[in-house]
Amino acid sequence: MALPKEELVEFIYKMVEKAQGKKQLKAKDIEKLVLKEHPDQPKNDVKYAIKDLIDGGRCVYTYFGGSFVEIPHVEGAAKH
Amino acid sequence: MHKTPLLDQLESGPFPSFVTDLKRLAATKPQVNDLLGQLERSYVEKITHWKHGGIVGVLGYGSGIIGRYSDLPDEFPGLEHFHTMRINQPSGWFYTSTALRELFDIWDEHGSGVLNLHGATGDVIFLGTRTEELEPAFQKLTAKGWDIGGSGSAFRSPSCCCGPARCEWSCYDTMEACYQLTQEFQFDLHRPSYPYKYKLKFSGCPNDCVASVARSDMSMIGVWKDDIRIDQAAVAAYIGGELKPKGGGANLDKLDVQADVVDLCPTQCMLLDGKTLKINNKECNHCMHCINLMPQALRPGTDAGCTVLLGSHAPILEGAQMSWVIVPFMRMEEPYDELKELTANITEWWSEHGKNRERVGELIMRLGMRAFLEAVGLPPVPQTVRVPRANPFFFWHQADFDAEDAGRKYHTTK
Repeated sequence: MALPKEELVEFIYKMVEKAQGKKQLKAKDIEKLVLKEHPDQPKNDVKYAIKDLIDGGRCVYTYFGGSFVEIPHVEGAAKH
Repeated sequence: MHKTPLLDQLESGPFPSFVTDLKRLAATKPQVNDLLGQLERSYVEKITHWKHGGIVGVLGYGSGIIGRYSDLPDEFPGLEHFHTMRINQPSGWFYTSTALRELFDIWDEHGSGVLNLHGATGDVIFLGTRTEELEPAFQKLTAKGWDIGGSGSAFRSPSCCCGPARCEWSCYDTMEACYQLTQEFQFDLHRPSYPYKYKLKFSGCPNDCVASVARSDMSMIGVWKDDIRIDQAAVAAYIGGELKPKGGGANLDKLDVQADVVDLCPTQCMLLDGKTLKINNKECNHCMHCINLMPQALRPGTDAGCTVLLGSHAPILEGAQMSWVIVPFMRMEEPYDELKELTANITEWWSEHGKNRERVGELIMRLGMRAFLEAVGLPPVPQTVRVPRANPFFFWHQADFDAEDAGRKYHTTK
């Protein structure tokens, strides 16, 4: 069953949090994982749920040879 | 000032030197002095001292900021942070001096003052700022109507030639198409959600001044379907030497129309009969050679649109690959719905099947043009055949047999 917007945002946040430090998730990976558990979830909902997380500062886009969605963390390259 | 004996040599040649420009800027910007110092050191040691950041950005966006740090921050404190900002360029790179001043004032206040007009994707590149200056610079840019461009695994800022604004050969309004597609894909431009980069370039005619066939994943190259327009009086003037070839831009005083134009036609579709030029337009492959040499006598036809090509990229290991035709002719009229829909279909299929850092051209090579055409709903046409098939084996699909039973030659989704 498709999740309502707030639940979807939390579902994705937990997914990103769980993957942190183990696997970097691309926006499309997140969409595929959501659709695996909730096949009737419209793809656009996932897109805008990620946007909510980014706009709210709970997640950030990172670039390490590809663009990923992650929990904000300290930039390794910025350290002395 | 840092001592830069190796860099100084770059000022000795006949051409303008970026070293001279940086030295001028270093008088007021200490980070630029450090930039010269670090570059000199890299020249001596033959290694880079830059580190690539991966997190810095502005709130809400995942594109447009490229993190850069020095690995020698104690020696060159001005380069501790030296991030790049990409600013989405106006279509055709048309600016007013007021607009340029706005950009430069913002960068002078919040960055190093070093910039690049323009980068490979066409963006205005601002080089060198600190993390805490990114958001204020972004706020000032947006307040003036500017936006940052694409970077990372995203839709990159589309770019175009100046089109009908300054070129009579443009077969469609490249600047309008570029603007419309930029607006349509704002979400994908600022929020990376693709397997890798996706570049769009618009060229108004087959001269392809923005080199879209080699430098963008998807190229829209202007083309015409009807006949080349001929002014026979002007042809006679070229033969008589009254008109200079290429509008005076060639190294020839007088054009030998037979030798320089007719004999060099790649499809041999031209004939000079006395002072009358005849063209077998069915054989013309729109190479533009004759039109370029005799611009006052020949012009592209008026039944115009574009050819859509896909797949160019330049991977380091495999070497450069040019785009190939996927739609031989598309009418380019506002609101460009056909092109928008095609772009969305392509990126959707590529996002679904592409591996990390796999460009759309590479995916087509991996899965095959057939899979691509079926997925995006394009009919197979002879123009999509880039080279004759080298493999004698052909694996028929059940859909082909079904099509044959239904009296068709092959399976197609359209």
